[in-house]
Amino acid sequence: MNNGSLVRLVDVHKVYRTGEMEVSAVRGVSLEIKRGEFVALMGASGSGKSTLMNILGCLDRPTSGEYFLDHADVSGLNRDQLADIRNRKIGFVFQNFNLLPRTSARENAELPLIYSAQHLSHAQVRERADHVLASVGLAGREDHHPSQLSGGQQQRVAIARALINEPELLLADEPTGNLDSRTSIEIMAIFQQLNEHGITIIMVTHEQDIAAYAQRNVMMRDGLLLQDHLVSQRTNAAIQLQQPSASTL
Amino acid sequence: MRIAPTFNVAYRALRRNKMRSVLTALGIIIGVGAVIAMVGIGNGAKAQVEAQIASLGENVILIFSGSTTSSGIRTGWGGAGTLKIEDAEAIRREVPGVIAVSEEVVSTTQVAAGNQNWFTRIYGESADYFDIREWPLADGAPFTAQDVRSANKVCVIGRTTATQIYGNENPIGQILRIKNVPFTILGVLTPKGLSPQGVDQDDIVIMPYTSAMKRVIGGTMLRNINVQIGDARQVEAAQQQIISLLRQRHNIRPGRDDDFTVRTQQEIADAATSTSRVMTVLLGAIAGVSLLVGGIGIMNIMLVSVTERTREIGVRMAVGAHGNDILTQFLIEAVTLSSVGGVIGIICGIATSRILSIYANWPTLISVSSIAIAFLFSAAVGVFFGFYPARKAAALDPIEALRYE
Repeated sequence: MNNGSLVRLVDVHKVYRTGEMEVSAVRGVSLEIKRGEFVALMGASGSGKSTLMNILGCLDRPTSGEYFLDHADVSGLNRDQLADIRNRKIGFVFQNFNLLPRTSARENAELPLIYSAQHLSHAQVRERADHVLASVGLAGREDHHPSQLSGGQQQRVAIARALINEPELLLADEPTGNLDSRTSIEIMAIFQQLNEHGITIIMVTHEQDIAAYAQRNVMMRDGLLLQDHLVSQRTNAAIQLQQPSASTL
Repeated sequence: MRIAPTFNVAYRALRRNKMRSVLTALGIIIGVGAVIAMVGIGNGAKAQVEAQIASLGENVILIFSGSTTSSGIRTGWGGAGTLKIEDAEAIRREVPGVIAVSEEVVSTTQVAAGNQNWFTRIYGESADYFDIREWPLADGAPFTAQDVRSANKVCVIGRTTATQIYGNENPIGQILRIKNVPFTILGVLTPKGLSPQGVDQDDIVIMPYTSAMKRVIGGTMLRNINVQIGDARQVEAAQQQIISLLRQRHNIRPGRDDDFTVRTQQEIADAATSTSRVMTVLLGAIAGVSLLVGGIGIMNIMLVSVTERTREIGVRMAVGAHGNDILTQFLIEAVTLSSVGGVIGIICGIATSRILSIYANWPTLISVSSIAIAFLFSAAVGVFFGFYPARKAAALDPIEALRYE
């Protein structure tokens, strides 16, 4: 496994202008995340973690500083170039799933391929979607609409969508925020399994016990990194799931 | 590269909101249907008028006896007799290019045969009249130049007159009494239908003008003279020559008004069709307003749709959609609504005008060009009214779109 750095932030600032007011959301963050890491990004609301997440996800550009993703500087790219980077290298998982309503699980999972530069036939697209849905345990539910799926299943569809383009980086924004504890563990089990297969994960959460599934916790406050430490006692979701007693967290 | 899947995305979105899509398209269907039907009615009316004007005959010049002023009272065109039989003969003799001349007198009177009688129009003409107006006989023979010279008591009658007086009997050879003068019926004219003014042209008795003047109407003045020119290029020159010839014959000093009026068939046709052209434009414009309203309906629904699907747009952008992909998607949705509505509208419009021409007996004419224009216009309505909402969608910030509740 290549252990070089996948994400490197150098003195990143983000300033929002609302009228005459200037708000510094991120005030000089430098951070390096290696390939294959599972990082939990923590902090209270207003700590700047969402802004940092948007920058990491190439949804936003830093006001100053540099962002190297896979050794390429992406801080100066335009809207369309950022969209291509997101399509190729980043998968997103959101707290509220953000699936398209009245659209089958398969079509939801296929979504990034529509905007991909690859030329895939209809059959290839379908095959990849079915494969990735099966890998998150949704075989047989390809034609279900989000309204016919439980919260955990919807989040699995979202994970399948994030994975379909085989991204380098999976970004999850409070992925368990709308789920019950048992389902949260299931989602964390998928994340840990994906991570073991080499995918780099950055997950925003404010829950300590969810952060404990990650290898490394990064804490933010007031737009600055407060703490950065490896998790000493990591929770293993797969083992937890085998113990019925542990189903209540 | 991404056009085909974007089409797919747009169609799925339209299918997801079937009712809304159908209602939005309905606005365009009504608009385009109305344009097609209204322009069809207008064009049909115009074509009918043109056909009727053409039935006046080819390269025909009409000279009407003009207005004279006697003791301060002006009589109006065709009112006072200012045209003499000699004028017609002079035209026949002196104007180059003239191939046929028909002196015309007109009256209305009661005609009778057996126990039947009928009020109809009496036309006195020369033997050339049937050639000038390209009006052949359905049955029998026309009167001859000899009949005209001798003022014989002969006539031909129109289909309406024939049916009214003789029913199913053959009128040829029968005696028709006009002002108690017995006329022998030589023939029956082919039906010509209504004139542009709505007069039944088949309700008519045509006889030699000499007979009409001497035995029915009295007087020695012509109401008008019909002149036919052999070559279309000579019509204008002939018109000028007729004017100067008649001015000279009537001793009209330079600077004074003519006491006659000369009109070419073309001028009459232009005047008549300009009315129906105005009607076509007006009907089309009114129908066009409903198409515009349909377009605004599309814009309205697309704006609602963009707002409603803000999150969807955010997700699409997050997974790699460019602004242009989003713009294209929404434009395709709008253009699909408007052009599908356009096609259905064209079908409805054609159906409507068919129904109108069958049941209301209105002539309609739908040209390929009006269909093409209606379709292109409806597609253009989609682009025009879809562009603003689509651009609004494409300009969304993905972060804010994802956060939108």
